[in-house]
Amino acid sequence: MTDATISNADAPLLAADGTPLKEKLALTTRRMKMRAFLLTVPLVLFLILSFVLPIGQMLYRSFHNPAGSNVMPNFAKAIKGWDAEQGTPGDDIIKIFVTDMAAARKNREVGKTIGNLATRVNYEIPGSRSLFTKTARRAGKITEGPYFDALVKIDKRWDNPNLWRTLQRVTEDYTLSFYLAATDRKYDETGSIVLADELYRIYLPILWKTIWMSALITALCFIIAYPVSYLLSTLPLRTSNLLMILVLLPFWTSLLVRTSAWIAMLQKSGIINNVLVYLQIIADESRIQMIYNITGTVIAMVHILLPFMILPLYSVMKTIPPSFMRAARSMGASNTYAFTKVYFPQTIPGIAAGTLLVFILAIGYYITPALVGGSDGLLISNLIADHIKKTLNWSLGAALGTILLVVVMVFYWIYNKLVGVDNLKFG
Amino acid sequence: MKLTKLLASTAVGAAIALGSVAAQAADLTIVSWGGAYTKSQVEAYHKPYIAKTGTNVRSEDYNGGIAEIKAQVEAGNVTWDIVDVELSDAVRACDEGLLETIDHSTLPAGADGTPATEDFLEGTLYDCAVANIVWSTIFAYDGSKIADGPKTMGDFFDLAKFPGKRGLRKGAKVNLEFALIADGVAAADVYDVLSTPEGVDRAFAKLATIKSEVVWWEAGAQPPQMLADGEVTMTTAYNGRIFNAVAGEGKPFEIVWDGQIWDLDLWVIPKGANNKDTAFDFLKFSTATEQLAAQASYISYGPARKSSSPLVGKYHNKDIDMGPQMPTNPTNLANAVQSNFEFWADNADQLNERFNAWLAK
Repeated sequence: MTDATISNADAPLLAADGTPLKEKLALTTRRMKMRAFLLTVPLVLFLILSFVLPIGQMLYRSFHNPAGSNVMPNFAKAIKGWDAEQGTPGDDIIKIFVTDMAAARKNREVGKTIGNLATRVNYEIPGSRSLFTKTARRAGKITEGPYFDALVKIDKRWDNPNLWRTLQRVTEDYTLSFYLAATDRKYDETGSIVLADELYRIYLPILWKTIWMSALITALCFIIAYPVSYLLSTLPLRTSNLLMILVLLPFWTSLLVRTSAWIAMLQKSGIINNVLVYLQIIADESRIQMIYNITGTVIAMVHILLPFMILPLYSVMKTIPPSFMRAARSMGASNTYAFTKVYFPQTIPGIAAGTLLVFILAIGYYITPALVGGSDGLLISNLIADHIKKTLNWSLGAALGTILLVVVMVFYWIYNKLVGVDNLKFG
Repeated sequence: MKLTKLLASTAVGAAIALGSVAAQAADLTIVSWGGAYTKSQVEAYHKPYIAKTGTNVRSEDYNGGIAEIKAQVEAGNVTWDIVDVELSDAVRACDEGLLETIDHSTLPAGADGTPATEDFLEGTLYDCAVANIVWSTIFAYDGSKIADGPKTMGDFFDLAKFPGKRGLRKGAKVNLEFALIADGVAAADVYDVLSTPEGVDRAFAKLATIKSEVVWWEAGAQPPQMLADGEVTMTTAYNGRIFNAVAGEGKPFEIVWDGQIWDLDLWVIPKGANNKDTAFDFLKFSTATEQLAAQASYISYGPARKSSSPLVGKYHNKDIDMGPQMPTNPTNLANAVQSNFEFWADNADQLNERFNAWLAK
């Protein structure tokens, strides 16, 4: 009898249909999980389509530029094994080059025209664009060797082994050229990596400027937002709601409107200057330049990003009972001591969230510096936009974008080490 | 059940919305530079074309460059049917296979029967582009504020003689040429000098002398506004925009033609444009003798056809002779430079990079 009871207890519990209860449970939870996951499928798909894929494509573009091999597929293969140390390539390679050029000249397919190759080489050797378009125009007429002499007759520059070395490099699909350019470096004539001429160095200085300006904007936002949030969280609800609307109203206003409002305020014939002149604080000739420079960018961006600091701070401060401060003071702590030891540490999650938000938003900000930055208030994002929209050097734009992405991730990582992402509190 | 209903109604709603968008889509989208310039095209090209064919025309503005064309062609959804571009952009876009090629023999003959290939000014017809006007970058000042105004390009760079802010287009193009002319280089030699590293240094050095006083502009409508607001004492600008402020709005601006850099604006048709055939039809219509001449009565840009010149008369609603306002007028051409598209196709990337680095310093 007892034996039977024991063996019964060891036997798995069965569900109504005879399957073990454990399996049944696992199956049901798995189904539940699947169903829950299915609910997130639209979001996941949306993220993949609108976020992961474009960014991935951008990253890819920054080191993959097949212009060379697209335009001259045969030459790209032929030049691969050639060694630049032995002077210009042999006539067999150059014959393929000439035939490819003549064929590319007739090609009107997007991405495979001689113009695409010329643009690509022009990034490496500025001023060589017309060499390619010119040579391509005449390449069809070269029918017999020596092909090298025919090329040199068109332009003497073909007699330079370094030009062919560059051609060998650009016909490779994967390249570091754009990362070099994005960090103010380049391949020199012999193919080694050197720093760009000082007059042409722009990306690293602007990147540093973007970082310190973002830090400055974050600091200013914090200094302004902390007392405001404190006020909001301690005032009676009716008053604080009214003040909250004052914070949120600009937040809901279009970015362009807010930026333009700052132009109206700060420009030379703007409201602030007019008032100062009217009050005779400054003379009419010496109106202050407050916009189209770094000052303008910082003022406008601090204003625009302020709600991103106030809201997390407010939500954290709201949860700190006022009795804590009263208790500290009743036990003999001075106001400052109570603030630094009791109140401030409790607001750190809000500070952490606010500064992270503002800093990351600031470092990639585009439209405000473009409108009010003038010539020296530009940020790295404006240069990226320039390459995407104006110069059409998408690979360089992508390389700059990738570097910016990496910078943000590095900052996030450092931040995580210092504060801990678990401590963030957005509200 | 509820969810399906919701989804179904959303889908229906979306379908209706999409349908109405499709119904509103234009038969022809014409893209140009906006402001007074687009207005002159609307008056001279669009309106007569709509009257003649009943086409539903949509006019869009942009700030130049071939980025949008490239993006649309590469994405395979070309919504811009015909675009007004600068020469260097037209040549580059054509080189990269972004444009439809245009058979010049299909262009209408001049009013006097001259075939189009002879009627158009030299260097105004390209594989993928047909010029409509000759325009120019000049500099201008407010005549009511400076009595004895600047006369030469040198004066523009002379802060001692004419103190005050200067407006310049943001970018290397045109500014480097202006700087060299102001530094004493003859108009004919500008690109020879600029092709040497020393020449580029010289141009940047000259620009640096006024850098602290420069306000940079980007859109063509900005400089007349900056002059009117007193934001700048003098500014470079497109001559038509200044003329329009003078003739249309009665502003007391004066144009200085010395050292003007003239260039072409051309029609191009992006490859695979949605309404390609209509675009070709419009291109032929708008570059006919009469239309080009008509445009010149709305804005002071010179027509690209020889046969249009005699038809150019007065400003459309005022008694102003348009002839002397044209960049191509002999007195205005005295010390003029034609923008060299090949030079800029070769060097724009590098010089703009240096320009940006120089600006940020």
